[in-house]
Amino acid sequence: MGQQALNGVFVGSIYALFAVGYTLVFGVLDILNLAHAAVFMLAAFSALALVADAHLPLWMALPLAVLAAGLIGLLLERLAFRPLRGRADSNISGLISSLAMATVFEAIALQLFGPDVSRFPLGTFPDRLIRVGTASASLLQLCIIGISVLLMALLTFLLARTRLGRRLRAVAESPRAARILGVNVDRTIAAAFFLSSALGGAAGVLFGLAFNSISPDVGRSVELKGLAVIILGGMGSIPGAVVAGFALGLIEVFTVARFGSSLRDAVSFAVLFVVLLARPRGLFGQAAVREA
Amino acid sequence: MRLAGRRIRSLVLLLAVSAACKEKTEAAAPAGTTARIGAALSLTGPAAPYGATQRAGIQTAVEDINAGNALPLKLEVLIEDDGSTKEQGITVFQKFINRDKVSAIIGPTLSTTATAADPIAQQEKVPVLAVSNTSPTGITDIGNYIWRDSLTEKQVIPGAFKKAKEKMGFKTAGVLYGNDDVFTKAGYDVMKKTLDDLGVKVVDTQTFAKPDRDFAAQLTALTGQKPEVLVVSALADNAAAIVTQARQQGWTGPILGGNGFNSPAFIKNAGTASEGVMVGTSWNSASPAPANQRFLAAMKAKGANPDQFSAQAYTGVYILAEAIKLAGDKTGREDILAGLGKVKDLDTPLGKFSFTPSRDASHEPAVQQVKEGKFQVVE
Repeated sequence: MGQQALNGVFVGSIYALFAVGYTLVFGVLDILNLAHAAVFMLAAFSALALVADAHLPLWMALPLAVLAAGLIGLLLERLAFRPLRGRADSNISGLISSLAMATVFEAIALQLFGPDVSRFPLGTFPDRLIRVGTASASLLQLCIIGISVLLMALLTFLLARTRLGRRLRAVAESPRAARILGVNVDRTIAAAFFLSSALGGAAGVLFGLAFNSISPDVGRSVELKGLAVIILGGMGSIPGAVVAGFALGLIEVFTVARFGSSLRDAVSFAVLFVVLLARPRGLFGQAAVREA
Repeated sequence: MRLAGRRIRSLVLLLAVSAACKEKTEAAAPAGTTARIGAALSLTGPAAPYGATQRAGIQTAVEDINAGNALPLKLEVLIEDDGSTKEQGITVFQKFINRDKVSAIIGPTLSTTATAADPIAQQEKVPVLAVSNTSPTGITDIGNYIWRDSLTEKQVIPGAFKKAKEKMGFKTAGVLYGNDDVFTKAGYDVMKKTLDDLGVKVVDTQTFAKPDRDFAAQLTALTGQKPEVLVVSALADNAAAIVTQARQQGWTGPILGGNGFNSPAFIKNAGTASEGVMVGTSWNSASPAPANQRFLAAMKAKGANPDQFSAQAYTGVYILAEAIKLAGDKTGREDILAGLGKVKDLDTPLGKFSFTPSRDASHEPAVQQVKEGKFQVVE
C-alpha cells in the first residue's frame, strides 16, 4: 500500500506540474493552449540533447531546458496568440492556431530526433534505491517529487506576493481594467506564457528522466491527463490543478491495485464525469471570479 | 494530428518511391530475369527496433543471393514502412500488389498488422511470407497464400518455460502483458496455459497498453503478491521500461520474457537491469551449422548486429529464392506459391527448415539468457 501511494504521488507530481502551467494560461487568457504538450516534449528533447550531445551535467541541462521551454512559450505566444488577440472569435481561433503550432513543433522534433524512442545515456542520474517505510523509491523519483513541489510552491509565491503576480491576477480578472490601471497587458500575457511553458517544460524533462523514453509523441501521454486535471481542479485554478494532479495520480494507481490495470483510464474518467455532474465548475473553480 | 502527420509523410514517401520505381522499371532488364518482392517492415512506431534489424537481414540475403548466382535471375526487394499499424500496413500491401506488381510479399512485422493486411494478399492471390509473426492463430489460417518462417509463441514458450523451471524451480508467478496488441496478447495466452500445465500458480495478472510509460502501479501490485518469478509479454521498448522499473522497485527475482524481448534493443535500453532475463528464441545464435556461420559472417561484414529477427528475415529471402528455384526459376505469383509448397529441409541460420502442413515453420527453438550484456544460449 505504501509503495502504491508513493507511485501515485510520483506520477501525480508530474501531472500536477504539467497541469499548473496549462491552467495558468487558461486563467489569464481564457484560452486553452493545446501546444502545451508539444512544449513538454520539446523540453524533454532539449534536455536530452544537452546531456547526450553537448555532454552537460544534468544539473546544468535541467535549468537550461526549462529556460528553452520558456522561450518556446514566448515564441508560441508571439506567433499563435498575439496576432489574433482582440478579434471577436479569438478564443476559438487561438485554440486552433495553438493546435497548428503543436503540429509544427512535433514535425520539427520528428525531423531532428526521428520517430524512434530516444533515451538519456545510462548513468545520467545515479541509480540508487531508498527505503521509505515499507516502500522503496529511487533517488531520482524522490528528486522529481521534490522539484515539482518546489516549482509549484515558487509559482504560488510568485502569484501571491510579487508585482508580476499581481499584474497577472489583474489581467486574469479583466484585461481592459488592468490596461486602464497602467498594466502592460501584452507583456504580462507573454510572461504568463513564459512561466506556463517553463513549468510544462520542467514536467517534460522530469517525465523524460523518470521513464527514460522520449519520442515526438510523448506529449500525448500527458495531454489528455493534463486536460482532465485542469477540468477536475477547476479551469484556471492553480491550487485546483495541484490537488487534482495528485488525485488523478493516486486514483490511477489505486485503480490498478484494486481493480486491475485494464480499468485504469475508465475509472479516472468516470471520476472526472461524476465530479463534473456534481460540481460543474470543478473542485476549486469559481463561476465569475477567476483566479490565475 | 498524428494521423495527418503520418498521411503527409506516407504521401511524400509514396511520391518518392513511385518516382524511384518508375526509373527502375525503365532501366530494368527484360521481363523474367528479375523477381520483384515487397517487404512491409515496421521502420517506425513501437515495433521499429525489429524492423531495423529485419531490413539488415533482408538486404544482406539479397546481396548474397544476387552475388552468388544461385539463381539464373536477380532478386529485387522493395522495402516499405508499415508504421507498426494496421492502417499503414494495408496501404503498403495495396501498393505492392497493385502498383509494384510484386511476385511475393515479406512481412509485415507485427501480427496485429498481419491480421489486417494479409487478407488483402489472400484475396488478390499474392503469396505472403511472414518472417516475424508469432501469434499462433489468425495468421496462416487466413488462407493458403499466407506462409511463415517464424515459430509461434506456442512452439517456443512451453519449451523455454520448462527449461527455466528446471533451472530455477519456481512455483508461483506474477504475469504482466500488453492487452492492446495481437502478439503480446497471444503471447500471454500461451504463457498462461504453459504455467498452468507446469503446475505454476499465477498469483496475479496485470495489463498495460503500448503507449504506457509508467508501469510502477502494475509492478507494485504484482510484486506485492510475492511471486517467485515475473512473466512479461511485451514489445522491446515496453519490455525494457518494465524490466528497468521492476529493478528500480527492488525486484531481484527472475524475469521470463516472450518473443518481444528477442532484440538487442531490449538489452541496450534496459542496461544492467536486463541481466538474468530469460527468453525462448527461434534462433540459436551459437549454432555452429554452416548456414548460421555464413549468416553471422555476412551480417558482420555489413556492420549489422545479428539477432533473431534479422535471422528470420534473412531466412525468409532464402526461402523465397528456394521456392523460385523449385518452381523452375519462374517468378509468377502462382509459381512461387507452388514452390513454397515444395521447400523441405532447407539449410538456414534457423536450422533445417520445412513448413508444416498448415504453412507454419518447423525447426528447433532454443532458450537464451542475458549474461554480461549479451544473449547467451542456455544449454
